[in-house]
Amino acid sequence: MFPTPIQKRSRATQITYQTLLPLALIMWLLPLLAVMLFSIRPLSDFTNGNYWGIPSSFDLFANYGRVFFESDMPRYLLNSVFITVPTVIGAVALSCMTGFALGIYRFRGNLLIFFMFIAGNFVPFQILMVPVRDLTVSTGLYDTKTGLVLFHIAFQTGFCTLFMRNFIRALPYELIEAARVEGVAEWRIFWYVVLPLMRPAIAALSVLVFTFIWNDYFWAIVLTQGPGAQPVTAGITSFNSQFVAQYHLMSAGSIVAAIPPVAMFFAMQRHFIAGLTLGAVK
Amino acid sequence: MTPATDTRSWLQKNRMTVTPLLFLLPGLLFFVVYVISPIFQSFNISLYDWDGLGEATYIGLDNYRELVDDRAFETSLWNNLKWLALYLLAIPAGLFIALFLNQTVTGIRLYKSLFFFPFVLSQVVVGLVFSWFYLPRVGLLNAVLTFFGLDSINVLGDPDLATYGIIAAGLWPQTAYCMILYLTGLNAVDPEQIEAGRLDGAKGWKMLWHVVLPQLKPATFIAFVVTIIGALRSFDLISIMTNGGPFGSTRVLSFMMFEQALSEYGFRMGYGSAIAVVLFLIMLVFIGYFLWQMWRDERAARH
Repeated sequence: MFPTPIQKRSRATQITYQTLLPLALIMWLLPLLAVMLFSIRPLSDFTNGNYWGIPSSFDLFANYGRVFFESDMPRYLLNSVFITVPTVIGAVALSCMTGFALGIYRFRGNLLIFFMFIAGNFVPFQILMVPVRDLTVSTGLYDTKTGLVLFHIAFQTGFCTLFMRNFIRALPYELIEAARVEGVAEWRIFWYVVLPLMRPAIAALSVLVFTFIWNDYFWAIVLTQGPGAQPVTAGITSFNSQFVAQYHLMSAGSIVAAIPPVAMFFAMQRHFIAGLTLGAVK
Repeated sequence: MTPATDTRSWLQKNRMTVTPLLFLLPGLLFFVVYVISPIFQSFNISLYDWDGLGEATYIGLDNYRELVDDRAFETSLWNNLKWLALYLLAIPAGLFIALFLNQTVTGIRLYKSLFFFPFVLSQVVVGLVFSWFYLPRVGLLNAVLTFFGLDSINVLGDPDLATYGIIAAGLWPQTAYCMILYLTGLNAVDPEQIEAGRLDGAKGWKMLWHVVLPQLKPATFIAFVVTIIGALRSFDLISIMTNGGPFGSTRVLSFMMFEQALSEYGFRMGYGSAIAVVLFLIMLVFIGYFLWQMWRDERAARH
């Protein structure tokens, strides 16, 4: 193990390490801790200039209550859910199939198609912006959740295919050959042999795509406007103009917007990290 | 023995080609419609003068000629370079934190998660958190500076500082990402090689450079890929923190493109597309390099 395990070091080093850890963490999360502190302060603290002292009252429920009951926040959150969940299902389903095709079969153009998926996944969003917006407007899907979902599915399929194909490549190929010898139809091999083995990959991708889509901002402002279809990342700007300079409410609002992916991460940590490292770093 | 006439249907005979095609079709269709063909369309649109609604006029390379003299374009290009160079700091910083956390003490798992979780936050939230952190009167940064008797600074209001302030905000989640890549990589480092290195008298930096880093190569490669792509994609933070200002000093190509094509500067789709094409070509250099590396690995895996 590198660096040398702390247990093998002197007592003094161990104590230094144990005190440094929490200090480093506090430093690391300082900007966020500041926002958390803001979000439980009453308005009067800001007018009195009491930014960093003890809050004059503990207003957690009052502040977060106002976020939920006096703004469009719940609406935006719901929009985010209705955009994110279908995208996850769509992108994972499509990429299970593309990954299967590219990972199992040998045919001309296999590698070419695979690299097209990878390359497309890296392009800057701006090169797609005008045509995609145009397509969405002309199909009548501008400012709808469907329009956003369709694009997200398509774009995420690139990344998901990369992941799925590499995952399927690492499965024991003998299983598939054995099934073929038995005369099992190809689609049955997919459904009964490969798909059950892909569960960890499906879990990893679902968590990851959920976070990516929930956090998307660019496409939200390009393809939607207003609380009818906008997800929470875009909605937060209107929220902030509603409560301009009321830092306690703006802080509470952005914390609310951030919670779902954070909760998802803490609940599914192992899968999340497996996905992030693209399965390439074991 | 007479050759048996093949009674299988065409579909059965060709099932090894037809099956993958059918499985590919839906995903490929989506991807071609929404990702591949828009790239070519954008190239085409960049040759037109078009407001997005009316008639488009073909003007050849005029959009590109205009770019050459556009001061905003020059600033954006420089800022993109700054982003690229400074964003790469996330890689050594991530490695440093990973080495710091690669211990087995009680609660270390929680520490690792808490160090990582800025990455899970949306860039919008990161942007807001940091704009409040930088605020001249209310912000924590200036509270700390005045506490130590220093002058307070208005990071995002100063054209010379604003871009660096935004990059610092971007480095926060990006460092977390690199850290997790290295932490996973460090798990797989071969303990025997470390022991062998120790017997040879390698310690500290030498051990890191000659024994550990070579084994972390896959992690480093992915860290490079995601950091470079992330640097060139920077948009959300700029839009949230400064909206390109003060005096357009924090624009980058991706932001300028959006501004030209969709915001108050008017709907100049052709001009915007020309900017997007330039950004795409810059990115293509890196994409080409990444693909080449992956292709080499792919070939090595087959032999």
